[in-house]
Amino acid sequence: MYCIFARNFNSTSNMPKDQSIKSVLIIGSGPIIIGQACEFDYSGSQASRSLREEGIEVTLINSNPATIMTDPVTADNIYLLPLTPESIEQILQERQIDAVLPTMGGQTALNLAIEAGKMGIWEKYNVRLIGVDLDAIEITENREAFRQLMVNMDIGVAKSFIANSFLEGKEAAQKIGYPLVIRPSYTLGGTGGGFVMEASEFDEALRRGLNASPTHEVLVEEAVLGWKEYELELLRDKNDNVVIICTVENLDPMGIHTGDSITVAPAMTLSDTAFQEMRDLSIKMMRSLGNFAGGCNVQFSADPKTEKIIAIEINPRVSRSSALASKATGYPIAKIAAKLAIGYSLDELNNQVTGNTSALFEPTLDYVIVKMPRWNFDKFYGSSHVLGLQMKSVGEVMAIGRSFIEALQKACQSQENNRMGLGADKKEWIKTDDILQRLETPSDDRIYRVKDALRLGVPVTTIHRLTGIDPWFLREIKGLVKIEQRLMHYNVAEDIDADFMLELKQHGYSDAQIAWLMRINENEVTRHRKKLGIRRTYKLVDTCAAEFEAQTPYYYSTFEQENESIPSDKKKIIVLGSGPNRIGQGIEFDYCCVHGILAIKEAGYEAIMVNCNPETVSTDFDIADKLYFEPVFWEHLEEIIELEKPEGVIVQLGGQTALKLAEKLHEKGIPIIGTDYLSLDLAEDRGRFSDMLKELSIPYPDYGVADDVDQAVEIAKKVQYPVLVRPSYVLGGQRMRIVINDHDLERHVLSIFKHLPDNRVLIDHFLERAREAEIDAICDGDDVHIMGIMEHIEPAGIHSGDSSAVLPTYSLSENVVKTMVEYTEKLAKALKTKGLINIQFAIHNEKVYVIEANPRASRTTPFIAKAYGVPYIQMATHVMMGHKKLKDFDIKKELKGYAIKIPVFSFDKFPNVDKSLGPEMKSTGEMIYFIKDLKDPYFRELDKRRSMYLSM
Amino acid sequence: MNIQTAPKVAHLILEDGTIFKGQSIGIEGTTSGEICFNTGMTGYQEVFTDPSYFGQILVSTNVHIGNYGSMAEDDQSDGVKISGFVCRNFSKHYSRQLGDGSLQDYFEKNQVVGISNIDTRALVRKIRTEGAMNAIISSEISDEKELLKLVKAVPNMDGLELASKVSTEDTYFVGDPESTIKIAVLDYGVKRSILQCLAERGAYLKVFPGKTPLEEIMAWEADGFFVSNGPGDPAAMDYAFPVVRALIDDERPAFGICLGHQLFALASGIPTYKMHHGHRGVNHPVINTKSGLGEITSQNHGFGVSPDAINANLDKIEITHQNLNDKTIEGIRIIGKHAFSVQYHPEASAGPHDSRYLFDQFINEILNYKNQSL
Repeated sequence: MYCIFARNFNSTSNMPKDQSIKSVLIIGSGPIIIGQACEFDYSGSQASRSLREEGIEVTLINSNPATIMTDPVTADNIYLLPLTPESIEQILQERQIDAVLPTMGGQTALNLAIEAGKMGIWEKYNVRLIGVDLDAIEITENREAFRQLMVNMDIGVAKSFIANSFLEGKEAAQKIGYPLVIRPSYTLGGTGGGFVMEASEFDEALRRGLNASPTHEVLVEEAVLGWKEYELELLRDKNDNVVIICTVENLDPMGIHTGDSITVAPAMTLSDTAFQEMRDLSIKMMRSLGNFAGGCNVQFSADPKTEKIIAIEINPRVSRSSALASKATGYPIAKIAAKLAIGYSLDELNNQVTGNTSALFEPTLDYVIVKMPRWNFDKFYGSSHVLGLQMKSVGEVMAIGRSFIEALQKACQSQENNRMGLGADKKEWIKTDDILQRLETPSDDRIYRVKDALRLGVPVTTIHRLTGIDPWFLREIKGLVKIEQRLMHYNVAEDIDADFMLELKQHGYSDAQIAWLMRINENEVTRHRKKLGIRRTYKLVDTCAAEFEAQTPYYYSTFEQENESIPSDKKKIIVLGSGPNRIGQGIEFDYCCVHGILAIKEAGYEAIMVNCNPETVSTDFDIADKLYFEPVFWEHLEEIIELEKPEGVIVQLGGQTALKLAEKLHEKGIPIIGTDYLSLDLAEDRGRFSDMLKELSIPYPDYGVADDVDQAVEIAKKVQYPVLVRPSYVLGGQRMRIVINDHDLERHVLSIFKHLPDNRVLIDHFLERAREAEIDAICDGDDVHIMGIMEHIEPAGIHSGDSSAVLPTYSLSENVVKTMVEYTEKLAKALKTKGLINIQFAIHNEKVYVIEANPRASRTTPFIAKAYGVPYIQMATHVMMGHKKLKDFDIKKELKGYAIKIPVFSFDKFPNVDKSLGPEMKSTGEMIYFIKDLKDPYFRELDKRRSMYLSM
Repeated sequence: MNIQTAPKVAHLILEDGTIFKGQSIGIEGTTSGEICFNTGMTGYQEVFTDPSYFGQILVSTNVHIGNYGSMAEDDQSDGVKISGFVCRNFSKHYSRQLGDGSLQDYFEKNQVVGISNIDTRALVRKIRTEGAMNAIISSEISDEKELLKLVKAVPNMDGLELASKVSTEDTYFVGDPESTIKIAVLDYGVKRSILQCLAERGAYLKVFPGKTPLEEIMAWEADGFFVSNGPGDPAAMDYAFPVVRALIDDERPAFGICLGHQLFALASGIPTYKMHHGHRGVNHPVINTKSGLGEITSQNHGFGVSPDAINANLDKIEITHQNLNDKTIEGIRIIGKHAFSVQYHPEASAGPHDSRYLFDQFINEILNYKNQSL
């Protein structure tokens, strides 16, 4: 077009970036805990790639081995060290680092940067802090300083007082009245905070808050319960240009932590006047905080009656919501923030999605995204399911649709909690009283209860009063109830005409929901729908509502006229992601998917990614050749397969979520790349698997399968107490218990049947005081390569995900190790494994028992790959594709001493929860710790306490 | 039985024969105009009532419209100015406690013909690749041939003078009559928020009809002149050139927005051109070439000022603002005069307030001028 100035708008050459920065240290966020999850792997990885594009040498420190950021594909130098000032000093001694970027690793990284700063480390090694202003951080973390700053700028805030003592707290409460909020200073994810509805609850809450704060300081604040809540994501450059990347509206109003709220973008119920006021305020707030260049998140609350706006908080760094905003808009916030940190201004950078428009702009959406948190309360016995100021979810999904309702239903389908959408799937509640109670006390199921209430005819005004959810959302959901009433007049699928079928599908209904409402078979609906030619069409996420042409292949589905996803004529392979993070299935599978994609590309195929988790690297628009941001839900997957016609689908890398779809793929005759369905199924089927072990002369604990309590008692008698009781098909040891008598057995078996009907119960003899070990291996059909042998420090009985695992083994005899290797080779071949396999062993009196085998990527695969410095997942993917054999690789393991995988828990989020460990996994993350030898004091301490936490 | 009556069907047809089937919204009827799209995510009512949209069928890329109803204060003129409206989801219910009513009621009151449940993204992609074209929305006619005949008969926007159709008929005043800053506003379809932005800064405004003779404007003895935004092809406004030229040449400061900007150019001998599909939205990046700072701007224009002609006349005209996406001219200053103009909408409404400093700049120039002439 018209180029008037001789100005170079290309971001890679001739730019006035700060030339003094040649080497940058990025600090990661450490193990996954509630409130700080893999979104920081996403931001750290983006930042690292972004800096390397500029020719900068990137050094990374993170103790979390399951991250992409700590992989040689991401950074130049990687330090898998504990996040301590000592580690930082070690790195600075070894390397010439010009600057440190501490804003990509959440609160953990910031705290470490502050601590190192206080110790004078940065100064000593002449390292500049970039992308951050420590004084600004101080202000935003200190509630009183923040309040004062807002007051000075004439920006509204909730009335509040700071309290450092019990007395001050009581005085504050007296001045403010109830309800009020207690917010401890300097804590993460709202830890220790809470609402106080009446005076009688105050003392306890105040005490908890004062204790939770490292400075024993709390803010006692007026509670603006029921006000609407909004979040804005901002970027600022060194010239003080500020743009708003995304505005998010919380469906759940003030009172529920934003991490636990269902959120929607763009804002649905904001007028331009109200929005521009927020925009102005947010810019003013960011500009008031020093002059750092980077990302920032601002939260506001608005009184629905008066439209008065108050500021809630500001976070001058990338966060969970900036990861979401990046995925919601297509604008890569962390990538751009990293460039801004090294001195670019926004107008010098391009929008990476269009390639030729400016990065200085505000994305606009022609779709709606709904983010829905994923909780895991079933893992925390005794925990309160009530949602409040403290974040309790362990993961999240994002869904994209061409209407709020379509996106909301897709979000429900993405959850993987056996729901087919928002209700209409035989899981509805029918008792009005119970439902109303759940509306008033928000829990993880509230959105479903809203639908139930509307279905039962509870007026929108009542629901609004009880939940505070804006009536606009409620009326949209009510639209579903109306459409369902119309549908229920139909008897057979064939009666539905094309217009009505399209209307149903545009409202996000899965075929399964339609079938349930008509009480017919899902296949009938699907068949009829396809006959009517009603199929998903795919649209692009392009930052600009189609105003400009986009270069990035980031798609979502809807039901409309035009399909923008045109399959290429290349051979393709689809990788299934693992859906929302939860305990037992998290970031490690994102790592696996990314490496799988790299291998697929390397082998010359087009790599197609399907996933719905916005926190992941694998769903970044420039990882796969094509990204479908869709629920990992059969109906959606089937249509992608029918459109793309891939050579096959990889299910091994996406954890149990992806694996669960193997049966459907097999049924429909779609090739599975790697170990086939029959073997996957055999390994899951305890009876047939044990028969196989018997045939191979491999010992296994005595066991039995029960369909009822009587059978269970009989089996327990036969195999002898203590026994390990569990449902037959679960993840992360869900509802797995060690039981020592008939009474407990009965109780537990009943509870399994209640919560997981249609399931059978497995009862194993529990090998007491046994040691546990596991092997990860790759098998190409002919050869088996042992990737690593890990010995657990804790005894058998504690879930492997909650055990500290030492690589390689440290106390097992040579003979035991040899036997384990031998069993692995036998089993891998017998299971016709093509790709990865993980086998778990119990060792009792020198005898090796096989406890289970999983022919897929395991939680420990990334750990081993990192510890040995071998790109195992890429190798395994090549093997799966049949593209290479094991003998084609020259494998060199590099490890001095031992690597320990240490589980990390988030128990502090659940004050009343039992902290004991057992066969059900409870940890949310892990870290890697290298030791030279067994004299290491940290290891000795772990070893000493090995049995302490074992419980039932 | 609780089966609702099926919503009324409507059709949208483009000049090239592309036809979309959807649902009728607003009132039933048939309407025509040039189709254009706006990418803003807030501020639909401000857009509907912006006189610059006169004669256009507007497509909203934002998928939900009507969610927060309507409110009289958001109007930018005395009523809806678009000739038709197209969206994906039209919300008949709304949520805004301060609001006056639903958008459907507002459309009925303002007699707007619209269509919803359209694949607006497909439509926008079409406009993006094939350019602006005429269109018809009808909930009365469904015969494709008849619709096509009708759409072919719609006059082309190129060369169409529309400003006089939305300009005020009588002069009126805005602001504090006691004010010492008097600004004469030449109205070609001025948005209310522009007048507010000036009045808020202490100015007293007299708004003149677009075809007011120069002598009449001069007779009021204003301290500065403002030339407004408005619809249609600026090149077809012969009557305005001499007036605008005189205002530029006057030593008192003059400020033009959008159509006003184009008239500043035309009056300086710089031609305008019809853009492929224009700029309409609230996220357009503009750089101030003097300060080097960026602004996110509200835009609504289908015509632009020729960059080649400006580049050939850099001795007479200085480029003050430029679009960061397509490098088009966004702001100019007439060298040696107290006249400047911008293509975009610093008053916003709808849109960001990043550029409101231009009103301060205008007022300051007036004050400087007044101080000097004392």
